[in-house]
Amino acid sequence: MIITNIESVPGRQITQHLGLVQGSTVRAKHAGRDFMAGLKNMVGGELKGYTELLQESRKQATERMIEEAQAMGANAILNVRFSTSSITQGASELFAYGTAVIVAEQ
Amino acid sequence: MNAHTVNLVVYIFFCGLSCFVLLIGYAFGKKNEQKHLASLANKEQNLKNRVRVLQIKQVPFPERYSNVRLVTGSVVIANDTFKKFLARWRGFLGGEMKSYHGLLSRARREAIVRVQEKALSHGANTVINIRFETSSISKGAKNALHSVEVLAYGTALIPNVEGSSDDMSQI
Repeated sequence: MIITNIESVPGRQITQHLGLVQGSTVRAKHAGRDFMAGLKNMVGGELKGYTELLQESRKQATERMIEEAQAMGANAILNVRFSTSSITQGASELFAYGTAVIVAEQ
Repeated sequence: MNAHTVNLVVYIFFCGLSCFVLLIGYAFGKKNEQKHLASLANKEQNLKNRVRVLQIKQVPFPERYSNVRLVTGSVVIANDTFKKFLARWRGFLGGEMKSYHGLLSRARREAIVRVQEKALSHGANTVINIRFETSSISKGAKNALHSVEVLAYGTALIPNVEGSSDDMSQI
């Protein structure tokens, strides 16, 4: 499955547009139980635990989008965009969306 | 030793503790920030001529590239207590919050560096259509663990094996 955030695939032609595909996941971002994050809070710097957590969630949202595209029979997803929105205090939704297409060699 | 003196002692103790926390935040925070800025400058210098990052949507010279891939890079960074303390006053008085501006600049630069590293690991030499998403992470309770996440994503272009000596100064 080819995934890009541009509107075409170089060297290939779009033979069919299948439609919008999306994947999302909602994650809680509370630091309540996390003692290390509390310490890091004092000296600043990168919060590696959070970085990895959000990367994992984003990967999950992308995988859901890919599954939806595969179910449609696509072999590429174009113009992928990400969006993060705060749902309630302490939770955010990670959303990935794109256009599923079928591409063929030119 | 009456109740008033005990109260005063407790009050002074907590004032002292807050000052101590602020001092630790200032000292270690400044050290961490300088270390991060130095490592950023180093990585950027390293990657500058190996992976270029463009914001355009069209593929430049499409015949040179064999494959494309979505690449992302993200980072979550927090400020130290001293900067947060200053920012709270700035929030009250109005004006530019230099401490948070610095934080976001650093986070953005780090996200771009990670995108370049990811692209390099796939064998790409160009990333196009770079986009950014910024979101804030906070605890929600009164001790706001205020940090920021910056995500950068783009399309990495992997060059053909034969024509891999493409002149980067052409674009």
